[in-house]
Amino acid sequence: MSKALPVVQEKSNEPVRAVIDFDEKLAAHGLELRAAGVETLQVNTGKLCNQACKHCHVDASPARTEIMTRETVEQVIVALRRFRISTLDITGGAPELNPSFRYLVREARALGAHVQVRHNLTVMFEPGQDDLPEFFRAHEVEVISSLPYFLAEQTDAQRGRGVFEKSIEALRRLNGAGYGTEGSNLTLNLVYNPVGAFLPPPQSSIEQDFRRELRKRHGIVFNHLYTITNMPIKRFLDYLRRSGNEERYMSRLIAAFNPATVEGLMCRSLVSVDWTGRLYDCDFNQMLELAVAPELPQTIAEFDPAKFAARRIMTGSHCFGCTAGAGSSCGGAVAANS
Amino acid sequence: MAYYEEDDLARFSEVGKHRPDLFEKFMAWYQACQEDGALSRREKALIGLAVAHALQCPYCIDAYSQSCLEAGSNMEQMTEAIHMASAIRGGAALIHGLQSHNSVNKVSM
Repeated sequence: MSKALPVVQEKSNEPVRAVIDFDEKLAAHGLELRAAGVETLQVNTGKLCNQACKHCHVDASPARTEIMTRETVEQVIVALRRFRISTLDITGGAPELNPSFRYLVREARALGAHVQVRHNLTVMFEPGQDDLPEFFRAHEVEVISSLPYFLAEQTDAQRGRGVFEKSIEALRRLNGAGYGTEGSNLTLNLVYNPVGAFLPPPQSSIEQDFRRELRKRHGIVFNHLYTITNMPIKRFLDYLRRSGNEERYMSRLIAAFNPATVEGLMCRSLVSVDWTGRLYDCDFNQMLELAVAPELPQTIAEFDPAKFAARRIMTGSHCFGCTAGAGSSCGGAVAANS
Repeated sequence: MAYYEEDDLARFSEVGKHRPDLFEKFMAWYQACQEDGALSRREKALIGLAVAHALQCPYCIDAYSQSCLEAGSNMEQMTEAIHMASAIRGGAALIHGLQSHNSVNKVSM
């Protein structure tokens, strides 16, 4: 595992500050945040990662030891089987580094679930992982990969020196396996997020740039590009504080609040599971240890989608990150730019 | 105290204090100019950045640097826009050399 990347030691345990309460902002627009169902179970298999990206809301790194056990993985599979949840979204850290990762994928696919993996590309070059493109292909996994920009300078500034070059090689291998190519049913989606304290550009516009430049410079193709806003949590919050940008960034998010994003927020359709099996409304709440509403079952072992389908969502100031501009979710923008 | 205060950019609307009607008219026009039209928002942000440099307005430079990033431009593109503004400023100064030449020629034998 790469040890060359810096591990940021600073921790932001104090939540980001905002001058306006998120729920009050919703109420001012006549809105209330409640789930609309449970279509996706998003499982965070642990904080171990071969990278230590500067913006990581998980604070993942090679030094982290928190990882989901086989017993908890079995509980996830039981929930998928029992409740026929249509989509399993696997994230981390680098989920592939969890010894039970491939077992989870195989079992979920056997149950007929759509499986998507938040794959950081470079993990493919870790020991025992070089067959990942073939494994993904064999199980028709949807691959969703972060690539903050189509140039090395910006990508390496966020994700570590040399990450861009490795990412390009990994994308070539995924294309070689049929991912993202014309006529293939193997989906390769990329994720853009800003390299700094600013909002993402319009998704369709930057997608065109990525498509043109990655094809021209590297011969790489992909299906869609998702834009995701950097969340003021953990390492990105540390960065905001260190660089004196916290107040300005939060003002930017609040000023760009777009009520049209609320309907499509990911928390309305997914339930997030942490490495110990505890439940959250999203992966960001998970990192803030902001559990699902106390009246609900708190663990995957007790999970029952009927109780979660119209639940109230737990919120905080960080939620302004998902409602700014065109909005932000695990599937990218959720509304037209305001 | 510096002549320019970074935080003043967020206080821009205070300029409208004594004639809010005029400021509102300005803002409506200003906002309308930013929208996607025959030119994209990205192109307009790059024009804004170039003009900000030509005017050497630190508020505008801050605002349009951010706008360019949020419209999807990168530093290479933004630097080209800044060079465009600078080159035209340079050219505008240089062509006045002909005025000087003309003046000299007029009084020279």
